[in-house]
Amino acid sequence: MNHPVAAAKFNEDAARTQWHDEALWFVRQKRDRASRTIPEWEALREQASQIKAHVLANLDTYLEEFERNARANGVQVHWAQDAEEHNRIVHSILKRHGVRKLVKSKSMLTEECHLNPYLEAQGIEVIDTDLGERIVQLARQAPSHIVMPAIHFRKEEIGELFHDRLGTEAGNADPQYLTEAARQHLRAQFLSADAALTGVNFAIAETGGFVVCTNEGNADLGAHLAPVHIACMGLEKIIPRAEHLGVFLRLLARSATGQAITTYSSHFHRPRPGTEMHIVLVDNVRTEHLAREDFRAALKCIRCGACMNTCPVYRRSGGHSYGYVVPGPIGAILAPARDLKTYATLPFASTLCGSCSDVCPVKIDIHTQLYKWRQVVTEAGFLPREKRLMLRLAGRLFKYPHLYQAAGRWGRRLLRKLPRRMLYTPLNAWGRARELPEPPRQSFREWYIENRKPE
Amino acid sequence: MNVALFVPCYIDQLYPRVAVATLHLLEKLGCTVHVPLNQTCCGQPMANAGSERDSLGAMHHFVDVFHRYDYIITPSGSCALHVKEHYDTLGERVDVRHVRARTYELSQFLTDVLKVTSLPAAFPQKVGLHASCHGLRGLRLACSSELHAPPYDNVRRLLELVDGLEVVDLTRPDECCGFGGTFAVSEEAVSVRMGIDRLQDHLEHGVDVITGTDMSCLMHLEGLARRSRLPVRILHFAEILNGGSA
Repeated sequence: MNHPVAAAKFNEDAARTQWHDEALWFVRQKRDRASRTIPEWEALREQASQIKAHVLANLDTYLEEFERNARANGVQVHWAQDAEEHNRIVHSILKRHGVRKLVKSKSMLTEECHLNPYLEAQGIEVIDTDLGERIVQLARQAPSHIVMPAIHFRKEEIGELFHDRLGTEAGNADPQYLTEAARQHLRAQFLSADAALTGVNFAIAETGGFVVCTNEGNADLGAHLAPVHIACMGLEKIIPRAEHLGVFLRLLARSATGQAITTYSSHFHRPRPGTEMHIVLVDNVRTEHLAREDFRAALKCIRCGACMNTCPVYRRSGGHSYGYVVPGPIGAILAPARDLKTYATLPFASTLCGSCSDVCPVKIDIHTQLYKWRQVVTEAGFLPREKRLMLRLAGRLFKYPHLYQAAGRWGRRLLRKLPRRMLYTPLNAWGRARELPEPPRQSFREWYIENRKPE
Repeated sequence: MNVALFVPCYIDQLYPRVAVATLHLLEKLGCTVHVPLNQTCCGQPMANAGSERDSLGAMHHFVDVFHRYDYIITPSGSCALHVKEHYDTLGERVDVRHVRARTYELSQFLTDVLKVTSLPAAFPQKVGLHASCHGLRGLRLACSSELHAPPYDNVRRLLELVDGLEVVDLTRPDECCGFGGTFAVSEEAVSVRMGIDRLQDHLEHGVDVITGTDMSCLMHLEGLARRSRLPVRILHFAEILNGGSA
């Protein structure tokens, strides 16, 4: 994958780029307003950050405590080393119950593990029940945002998609009409599902319970109707105590969508009589990530998506340009830990403006990590060859004052003397839409020597 | 006060007038300013582009040149931030520690050290202030719009000391312009788009002049504005504080 290429393609449609930028900026502004209703906002961020740091430093203890308490509640707990094992575990549970249809609420983890295609290959029908996720599923796409998976769709396109896949009226793009159609369509799926799968926003070590946040109630409809509930979570979703939920739930929805709280914050503790509840705890490279000191804090992420909404690059390149399950700034520091070569362009898909770090509710130093990932990419030899060469050359130049001064003189002279057609070639990416600066006759140093006559 | 002027490489070569204005301004405010003639670059271009290794030569040279001064002043938030934040790579040395602690972006020095409360300058224009990100969120020259803290803005306060000058409020007060060093060419499409959007915001609010702490961001905006012949002048804030017209 190559971010600049995908981003350039996205930008070919200027009107769409503007609309995408404005749609997400609107959410960022909602976040600003909602967070300002809490006077202790910054203290809350700091507290959340420290709780997560504490959890990451004691992950083994809290995971075992969680497992013990969940088992005592009658929940079946499974451990998965990687995506493959996770998928196998989920499939084995479904197989044992003869499940033909699975309803699923939003889970970025199952996207990460590519669970849907795995189960579909085994003959199980998987229905994503989050409206946005259902839209991208019907369109056979991947989510472009972790909180608003279909944010890249315009309502007219959803009208066409629903007409095609759900039989709604042709040309009708009224949001209320389309939402009602999705509601009726999904209701039938919930009623006919044999099992439900949900993600996990927070798992509480102290109680063995877990919390799932949705705005549509789709996790609850699925889990309460089906005889089997499987909840899948990454290892880092643990928090020590129930009282810590107060910190995270206040931050999560305000950061994500500007709501005071998600419409549903559902607490699950034990299976209803006659049903089964399973939790799958997934590592899938998380412990390796934990071992990297510079990048550890990325595991504090509570998946609110605020860094995407605020990122001027994400807003103007779209989630798909990142080519990873989690796009945007946080994706750009998670993806390289998974496959450095494939995602080598992501740490560079940023101006290091730092807005992501300031907006992050758990204070992840996202832009600092982007800078550090760049160094790792270069050391591993994944920088384009011309760029590598240019950097070596520049490094030499700035080491020796005489070399730097001479190069500057010649550079300015060339800029002045060369005809326009030789300066503005297709190789000059700067000059495609921008003028080069007008080169002055003298550098500052030359001016200073002439005017101040230093010894 | 033993003050040294650190002139970023691109200002030395492409915008000498900004360094001249900075020099004059500091002298007006009573500083004796030294200009080390063998200075080159702080090393930021290579490091931000992913190769701290290639920036080490420049960084060591920088420390050699500047460690003997009490204050190292530069008209660039981004270069100042690089010295303060990324010179940890050079290790815990007395001279490195000194240089990191004593490097100041110009507005920081005027505010925190000289404590400037008046300026002998006039500039009767509507000015749009571009808040460059490294100064804003790195050096905290102002409170960024994401954080919930009492609002302040060093550069704006300084500009408002200038006679007749009106700082115009923008729709997005601190969105990045899309320069980002090598980002400007490696992510050309997004970079250009971000720059155009920034210019649009300033123009919609009727600014005569766009200014800021970093000539690099301004070079990007200027390049776009000149290509489209937009009716706006681009000046570094040192030029305005030094008395106005360039």
